[in-house]
Amino acid sequence: MISQITIVLFDGFAFGMLLFLLSVGLSVTLGMMNFINLAHGAFGMFGGYVAVTAMRQLGLPFLAALPLAFIAMALASVVIERSLFRRLYKAGELNQVLFTIGLVFVAAAVATFTFGTVQQVIILPDWLRGSVELWGIRFGIYRAFIILVALLVTALLVFGLERTRLGAQIRAAVDNQRMAQGLGLDVERVFAVTFALGSGLAGLGGALAVEIVGLSPSFGFQMLVYVLIVVSVGGLGSITGSFVGAALLGIGDVAGKYFWPEIGSFLIYLLLVSILLVRPLGLFGKR
Amino acid sequence: MTTDVSTTAKIAPRDWLARRSRWSPFEVLFWLATLLPFILFPSYLPLANQIAIAALFALSVDLILGYAGIVTLGHAMFFGLGAYCAGIISVRGWGEPLTGLLAAGVFAGAVGFVASFLITRVQHLALIMVTLGLGFLTYELANAVHWLTGGTDGLRGIRTWPVFGQFRFDMWGYTSYAYALVVLFVCFLFSRLLVNSSFGLALRGIRENVRRMPAIGADHKAHLRLIYAISAAMAGLAGGLLAQTTNTVALDSLSFERSADVVVMLILGGTGRLYGAILGTLIFLVARDQLAGINPQYWYFGIGLLLMAVVLFMPKGILGFLARIVDRAK
Repeated sequence: MISQITIVLFDGFAFGMLLFLLSVGLSVTLGMMNFINLAHGAFGMFGGYVAVTAMRQLGLPFLAALPLAFIAMALASVVIERSLFRRLYKAGELNQVLFTIGLVFVAAAVATFTFGTVQQVIILPDWLRGSVELWGIRFGIYRAFIILVALLVTALLVFGLERTRLGAQIRAAVDNQRMAQGLGLDVERVFAVTFALGSGLAGLGGALAVEIVGLSPSFGFQMLVYVLIVVSVGGLGSITGSFVGAALLGIGDVAGKYFWPEIGSFLIYLLLVSILLVRPLGLFGKR
Repeated sequence: MTTDVSTTAKIAPRDWLARRSRWSPFEVLFWLATLLPFILFPSYLPLANQIAIAALFALSVDLILGYAGIVTLGHAMFFGLGAYCAGIISVRGWGEPLTGLLAAGVFAGAVGFVASFLITRVQHLALIMVTLGLGFLTYELANAVHWLTGGTDGLRGIRTWPVFGQFRFDMWGYTSYAYALVVLFVCFLFSRLLVNSSFGLALRGIRENVRRMPAIGADHKAHLRLIYAISAAMAGLAGGLLAQTTNTVALDSLSFERSADVVVMLILGGTGRLYGAILGTLIFLVARDQLAGINPQYWYFGIGLLLMAVVLFMPKGILGFLARIVDRAK
């Protein structure tokens, strides 16, 4: 029983860390600009396709494909933000929701057209496969790797936000955009950089997720719900919130499906609704 | 959103409401045109039936989204509850359509009333997430209670008796379409009365400014609860119609896709206008019928582009766009 709980906690935390990478960018941009970007998961999807294609066509190693997915999605998001999203910052939330859902539809169709409907597989290097045995419990090496990457990214994010000039600007813009603007901060530029960073992280998360959840043109939709739950449970604009929300959701999801397979997927929505009723702004939401 | 309240602010509210509730010849013409499928395209009657049902569903969403400003991504919950309610009653041996339909509406409306206490507590992103969460919750619940709903296999063995004991549901869809059309029309009349009443005016006030309504003495939460329950009941009727006219209920009647589709139809036609819901549904379903036959992927691409274009260039939907052109021509 103890070993079962340990393995569920471990797998759940690894899944949660994937969700964290996929959703932290959305949480920060949402907190900053109040822009509801439901297409965030689509960046994750294309990040996955970039990694898979880079490894298969160009023969890149896995460790080189991951940063490539990050960079490709960061660049792509800048183009999309400049050309499309900026027109909608002043529009109502419904228009943002609809526009970005439209984008997910288009992304799914483009992915099908380019890569087909088949599930993509990623070939992991040998040292990431298999598992290690500790105290009689077998831990998947790849899941440990995901946790490691996510913790590294979290540390970088926290350090960057707390200690760098850009971090201070981002925090100022999240807390009070108009005040930050009034103090002479180029909020638009800060936002563009943050948006690119967040989308890049989504791309990285998507590349890491291929082995765990698979990759097909419906990835953007599948992940959308998880990402939104993480963001709204954690609270907007809070990295801690996203981290805790993602960990909770990952562990809750895996535990639910493991211990109560009949109603497992039911539990996370119950959790979502109850948390939002008690705290409409999420666990770590400020406004 | 819509500015029709402010642009006509010079006349008294009661006169404005009276002017709004007058029937225009276009409306009469429109409803006469809904009879055309019987004569012109009898082979498309099943599609016409689908359109009437979806239009009723879109109308129910329009009441809360277009008029009261509640953004919902989980309204299929009530559609599905109505469908399962009507279907299960029929499977258990009572196939009389009108009472079955009524039960579906009452059941969905009652659940909607309970849910409305949750809905009125939250706003903005949390509101979208709560509606989304409730929708998924119901979906997974229906999937879990396999003994009642049939789970992923869907509900089997629905038999609907003839309407009034006279009109049998034929395989060409004459009775189905007529039945659905009458229900749609009755609900439309009811909605028309509702939105052109002082209650409807209060809803618009809530949509425009939630904080100001309590300040002028209107209890916005009570208003929202009532309209949410009405909308849920209407969505339940639409679901019940689907169960009775197709004799099937599957999990997809509760799915997120259905919630999203209905919002898309409404936006396409124009929110805050009753005919927007109907027109949007008509265009959406006819387009899908024509395009999906070629390649479903093109349909997704098309619907995505369409959504983006409507948001960017026609924020008030096709009807709002047309209304602007007419206004300019005046």
